[in-house]
Amino acid sequence: MNTAPNLRTRAETEAARLPPLLARAEHLAGTVLLGEHGRRRAGLGDDFWQYRPVQPGDSRRLIDWRRSAKSDQQFIRQREWQVAQSVMLWVDQSASMRFTSDKDGATKADRARVLALSLSILLIRAGERVGLSGSSLPPRRGEAQILRLTEMLQSDEAEDYGAPEARAMLPHARAVFVSDFLGDFEAVEAALYKAADRDVRGVVYQVLDPAEESFPFQGRAIFESMGGSVSHETRKASDLKTRYLDRLAERRDQLQHLCRVTGWQFGHHDTAKSAQAALLWLYRAMERRQ
Amino acid sequence: MIFGFPIGFAAPWVLLALVALPILWIILRAIPPAPIRRRFPGVALLLGLQDEDTVTDRTPWWLLLLRAIAIAAVIVGLAGPILNPTERPEGQADRLLVILDGSWATAGNWPRQMAMVEGLLDEADRAGQQVAIVNLSDPAALAFQEAAIWKARLPGVSPMPWQPSSDTLQRLASVLEQGAFDTVWVADGLALEGRSTLADVLSDRGVLRVIEDGAGTLGMLPPVYEDGRLLLRVQRPVAGIARDVEIQAHGLDPSGAARVLATMSLTFEADATEAEAEIALPAELRARISRFEIASAGTAGAVSLSDDRLQRREIALIAGREDREGLQLLSPLHYLRQALVPNAEVLEGALGDVLPANPDVVVLADVAALAPGNEAALIEWVEAGGLLVRFAGPKVAASGLGRSEEHPLMPVRLRAGGRSVGGAMSWGEPKTLAPFAEGSPFFGLSVSDEVRVSAQVVAQPDPTLASRVVAELVDGTPLVTRKALGQGQVVLFHVTANAEWSGLPLSGLFVQMLDRLAILSATDAEDETRMAGTIWQPVRVLDGLGRLSDGQTLPGVTGEDLTSAPLSENLRPGLYRDDARLLARNVLRDGDVLEPASWPIGVSVEGLAVTPAKDLSGWFLAAALILLAADVLASLLVSGRLWGARVATVVLLAAMLPQSLEAQDTRAISDTREVVLGHVLTGDKAVDDLAHAGLLGLSETLYFRTSVEPDEPAAVDLETDTLGLYPMLYWPITPLQPTPSAEAYAKLNTYLRSGGMILFDTRDADVARYGASSPNGRKLQRLAAPLDIPGLEVVPQDHVLTRTFYLLQDFPGRYESRDVWVEAAPADAELVEGMPFRNLNDGVTPVIIGGNDWAAAWAMDRRGNALLPVGRGRAGERQRELAYRFGVNLVIHVLTGNYKSDQVHVPALLDRLGQ
Repeated sequence: MNTAPNLRTRAETEAARLPPLLARAEHLAGTVLLGEHGRRRAGLGDDFWQYRPVQPGDSRRLIDWRRSAKSDQQFIRQREWQVAQSVMLWVDQSASMRFTSDKDGATKADRARVLALSLSILLIRAGERVGLSGSSLPPRRGEAQILRLTEMLQSDEAEDYGAPEARAMLPHARAVFVSDFLGDFEAVEAALYKAADRDVRGVVYQVLDPAEESFPFQGRAIFESMGGSVSHETRKASDLKTRYLDRLAERRDQLQHLCRVTGWQFGHHDTAKSAQAALLWLYRAMERRQ
Repeated sequence: MIFGFPIGFAAPWVLLALVALPILWIILRAIPPAPIRRRFPGVALLLGLQDEDTVTDRTPWWLLLLRAIAIAAVIVGLAGPILNPTERPEGQADRLLVILDGSWATAGNWPRQMAMVEGLLDEADRAGQQVAIVNLSDPAALAFQEAAIWKARLPGVSPMPWQPSSDTLQRLASVLEQGAFDTVWVADGLALEGRSTLADVLSDRGVLRVIEDGAGTLGMLPPVYEDGRLLLRVQRPVAGIARDVEIQAHGLDPSGAARVLATMSLTFEADATEAEAEIALPAELRARISRFEIASAGTAGAVSLSDDRLQRREIALIAGREDREGLQLLSPLHYLRQALVPNAEVLEGALGDVLPANPDVVVLADVAALAPGNEAALIEWVEAGGLLVRFAGPKVAASGLGRSEEHPLMPVRLRAGGRSVGGAMSWGEPKTLAPFAEGSPFFGLSVSDEVRVSAQVVAQPDPTLASRVVAELVDGTPLVTRKALGQGQVVLFHVTANAEWSGLPLSGLFVQMLDRLAILSATDAEDETRMAGTIWQPVRVLDGLGRLSDGQTLPGVTGEDLTSAPLSENLRPGLYRDDARLLARNVLRDGDVLEPASWPIGVSVEGLAVTPAKDLSGWFLAAALILLAADVLASLLVSGRLWGARVATVVLLAAMLPQSLEAQDTRAISDTREVVLGHVLTGDKAVDDLAHAGLLGLSETLYFRTSVEPDEPAAVDLETDTLGLYPMLYWPITPLQPTPSAEAYAKLNTYLRSGGMILFDTRDADVARYGASSPNGRKLQRLAAPLDIPGLEVVPQDHVLTRTFYLLQDFPGRYESRDVWVEAAPADAELVEGMPFRNLNDGVTPVIIGGNDWAAAWAMDRRGNALLPVGRGRAGERQRELAYRFGVNLVIHVLTGNYKSDQVHVPALLDRLGQ
């Protein structure tokens, strides 16, 4: 039988790719001190919230007899309301994300995946359900979901620029879109409007390479997209710098405006900077009350 | 000449290509620099942007100019520009003969002459002439060849320390080839017989140019000793301006170092061709002078070597009979004094007073008995190299000296009374001398009939007598006998030193005999009789530039040739030795006169040309290269790629720096920071990798079990790496590995001698026993043959390897053979009563030889998993464990030496301390 060793080999190859990303994500996630992720009000949950005097209508089964025996009043032990929320992730897997200006540095896709997975780990540890947008991986809880996410996040796509996936969004869920958002802006707009229609709120996170932020090119050059579908020739690249930076700022303004309109939050990140700061920002943005 | 500049072109038509430059300009200008393709996702934002400035579409003018100049330089360079071109005379022949005098007189200007000849050759090369070069001093067959061939041979031509012989000139005139050729004769400016004849012959064949630069030639005549002063004379061929010349006297100072002992200054008057000066030097200093030399002349003729002539021997004359006052002619010392005083320092006095002055020769004239103290001192002096000359006389004849047994200071035993022939009371005629036998120091001297001996002392016929006779009478009785005593010798004349017993002291032969005995030092009379029959061996000879070199390998020269024959290849100027005598043959001798050369009328004589034509094409091409290199940078600058280029340049520069040295240094530093085990690279990758993994495994084991904490093992290339950094080398043997070079073997032997250890592993103990039974074993024998390996033995039971860390009896690796060999214990090692081990204290074995494939047993990967199986099951694991233990013992043994062996003494020490 040939298939079993073959399968094993392939499985090990696949598995070999998992640990680094997961380990880095875990490591990154470990830097964020996890606090209580309660709803800060009484409700269903595991943790103690408060004792309150019995009010009419309360079932006798709810009375906390140990506390009540200490006084003449009867008390009910309330637990903190812990609602698991669904968080939908969309991480751009397109070719443009695989760009890096520094040979030894991280690609944008790499940074985006690490950030998304770290965020997932934090959220899952806090009891939330995390999944991918679209129908490929619905939100679930538990450590096993982290492994599934790790695997799903590592599939590269061939197309040049990615568009956010807004199908099959759970109503009232949260969402995180991580991309460079250099592609078609209308697709982003459409996806955000669609999500806002379902009362999905979330974060748009733009990850850019330092070269894309500064445009350090000179001389005669032909610029090509990563897939080669788009190209632009210039004879003096340094002349284009200011106009390129203007367009980049304009794109960022558009995104910010779009987010403001739809109630989302907008953040951006440079791969040359620390991933930890980015994760902190993302985590805080996810915690923020709507 | 072009536009008044001294520049010509070898191939001027190439310059036509310069016309193409404007076309090139247009072509280059139209081609913009190629764009770079860049991957950039941000291109989506660039779409639709227009270039504002399109100037870089075309090559900038300065870049174009740079390229145009570079190409122009290439064209000009290929056209062969020549600085100071020589105008080619009309009617030039297609062959050129260059004649060099090549004598010592040209040596002073030799480099300039050679530069000039080289210029001539270059010219001839350009003109396509065939060239022949003849060095008259060192003649060879005449051959016309390409100038380039001669140019390559030119450095081998050097000046000779003699002048050309007129024979050579005549022969050259007779063998000249038919046909016309031009001649350049580079002459030394000195007169030479046959010069005009040859010049006439050459003028008939073509244009004859004579180049002469002999005006500055100086010749040093041998110094003459007169009345305690040295007379130095220097000659020049042509009188001219007044000139000062400095003469240096070279010699050894008392410490034995060569240095200038004295300098003198001579002045040529404006119209004089000879200058002289006198100098007085102490005898001690004079005796040290080895040569006189005109400062910075650099020719053989400016050197005058000094020989015995300047040294004056000290001779002590001691007579036994001083009672006949007033009878001067009868004094035993009168004739000796007459013979010696002109050229030796004569000391007279009592023997006890004279000996402390350490004279070279002591002459005892008719002295029979000496005081015991004096006799002992005299024997000591002779044995230290002194020459004792004794003359017989009535006292010697009457005394019992050397009668019954040989006296140390007498060469022979004497008969009582001596004999008297041809006197009034005896029969027979006074005897004459027999001709000197070959082998006698007097051989070659002519015997005169006038010397007659009427009385003498007679030697006892002893077995040694025949070998001690150096002169005898016609009837065969010894007249002069000699014996060696220590380093010195004793000579006995069997007659008196005065004319009482013989006519010998009255004859010229007496002086010559004293000279031959090296009693006389001044050899100023180089007469035929002195030199007849002698062979002189060259000791040091001069070359043309006046430098001394060893002459011991040259053939000997007869005395007659040495004094009279002209210098040639067979008779080089220099120092010659015959027995104890040293004679210098100088380039110039007494009576020689330097005369200027005379040329036939019509021959043009020039000085040395100073400005040789210079080929500039190399400079132009180099400039073109530099410009093109600049163009590379400029192009990168224009196309915005300079940054990458800069990085590349830095990398390139870093690569060009002496990087290997640095790498060696860093490696040395990292390998000595911790203990590092080394394995010798065999060239077989599998074996090398396994050896590395094995040492890695051993290092890990050491790290965990002992306080030895080795670093990553090092692969050692015997040819390039420093071995001394590694305490131990593991050397797996493969049949195909290269044999190290001699240098590598030298390094290995140094390594072994200085405490290194090599573990040879033939890795075949499973199939072969130790020895030449396997290919690996045979290879090991060949590899180890040049190594300095002591006697070996199989590891004895009490070897220190068995207990340096673990207690072991076997040394298994992947195989379990007991054939492991180490340096043999000394034969006298013995087992002391009550001790478990023999008393073996010294030395770490420099080699361990075995075939157990230890590296394979040790080998582990980075995670600590064993790479190769050992044995089977648990027994195999046990064997691997023992292999590790052997490795640990081995490394501890290498690092601590015989420390564990010393433990043998612990019980004894404790016992002695009374514990």
